[in-house]
Amino acid sequence: MAEVPKKTPLYDTHVKNGGRIVDFGGWALPVQFSGIKEEHNACRTTAALWDVSNMGELLVRGKEALDLLQMILVNDVSKIYPGKLIYSPMCYPHGGIVDDLLVMCLAEDKYWLIVNGANIEKDVEWIQPIVRYFNDTVFENISDSIAQLALQGPNSVEILKQLTGYPIDEIRYYHGTQDVDVAGINCLVTRTGYTGEDGFELYCQAGKGSQLYEAVVEAGKGYGLVLAGLGARDTLRFEASMSLYGHELDENHTPMEAGLGRTVAFDKGTFFIGSKALMKQREKGLQVRLVGIEMVGKGVPRNGYKVFDESGEKEIGYVTTGTYAPYLEKYLAMAYVPVEYSQRGTGLSIDIRGRKVPAKVVRMPFYRREVKKR
Amino acid sequence: MSYPENLKYTKEHEWVLVENGNARVGITSYAQDQLGDVVFVELPEVGTELKAGAMFATVESVKAVSDVYAPVSGTIVEVNEALNDSPELVNEDPYNDGWMIVIELSDPSELDNLMDSKAYQKMVEEGGE
Repeated sequence: MAEVPKKTPLYDTHVKNGGRIVDFGGWALPVQFSGIKEEHNACRTTAALWDVSNMGELLVRGKEALDLLQMILVNDVSKIYPGKLIYSPMCYPHGGIVDDLLVMCLAEDKYWLIVNGANIEKDVEWIQPIVRYFNDTVFENISDSIAQLALQGPNSVEILKQLTGYPIDEIRYYHGTQDVDVAGINCLVTRTGYTGEDGFELYCQAGKGSQLYEAVVEAGKGYGLVLAGLGARDTLRFEASMSLYGHELDENHTPMEAGLGRTVAFDKGTFFIGSKALMKQREKGLQVRLVGIEMVGKGVPRNGYKVFDESGEKEIGYVTTGTYAPYLEKYLAMAYVPVEYSQRGTGLSIDIRGRKVPAKVVRMPFYRREVKKR
Repeated sequence: MSYPENLKYTKEHEWVLVENGNARVGITSYAQDQLGDVVFVELPEVGTELKAGAMFATVESVKAVSDVYAPVSGTIVEVNEALNDSPELVNEDPYNDGWMIVIELSDPSELDNLMDSKAYQKMVEEGGE
């Protein structure tokens, strides 16, 4: 596939700001600005800003919008109300994962799905044929008309306060508000993110994306805000042990195997796609599961490296994501292994280019921020 | 980007400093910049014999793994143990504290195959490899 990567509305801004542009899943986006470690640690200690306009937005509205979502998503969407978000995997009948996404309830009959950029077309093809079974329900891919920024890190609230009169710190985690005036631009603001830190995601019209970005950059001066790219986005979500579709999540693994069992609402009272297979797996128990691994010997575990037992003789699994965790300063990995090897402290080894390097199973999340009581 | 004139260079972005008949070897400023933050350097042992072009070290950044090749043949007489604990030296000071190994040359005429600073700079600026 020699397709030309798609550009987000902020492409020219990234080039101007010295972003190192790469092709990421069909999108031309900056992998880094000042450097992955610096961007990563700024997000943990001050603030960082991303263009994540590659993410997809799918609008579902109509009388039976909720019924449709209850059918295609494993989590219980009836729990959310206008201004509230919920995270859910979307499964195939066999229990494998189509995509993982956020649902925001905009009104009782209007929802937004925020999906992975690389999966937009697949998701649309999956959902579209199901929509017609629901009365007066409309499904629309509005991804191209929306720009999305992620402002993350402990100083996010202070930075955003410079740009809006709205009491931004009153938006609670996994909540959002529409029609917030941010630097004169109409935004949907949600208190969500993919870094393990406090922060916001801002959605606006595609044409306003660059203007919003520049305004946040300006407001961030004095608050240690750095421009960040995909490299730090990946290391941050990895360090916080958040799954990424195509790595931890795919059609070959169920939400329970991926450690997302809490998102499967068996008790929601309606049938959902995948429920039968997932129920069966719950009864029979898991064969494999996602674990956290820390290197004991020297070496960097990488995506796709094989995992062996402690003796190094038996191949038991593979690394889904592995790298150096810049804030924890450790060499860590997530991997699928048989459940008998998933106990914390279990000795394993990772095949690092032909060398079996000792490692052990550790608790996830690797990193969890201290939450201030308020 | 700097290209010190007292060094010789390879197409694969290693540099060589000839001193007392030995070759001190590292990777160039351009190479470390392309790699990004270096988080791990796997070095060979003293005494290892190398043929020019043989892989002798692996440098890992947050995002990438890259092999480092011997610019010349010979025996490794020194390795930079400081990189075990401080791999970031490769980024911070690629031509000095970020050096990797010292090779006792077995065939000094191989040095003639290397580029000078001008030729290397030209290669990098024309798109490199």
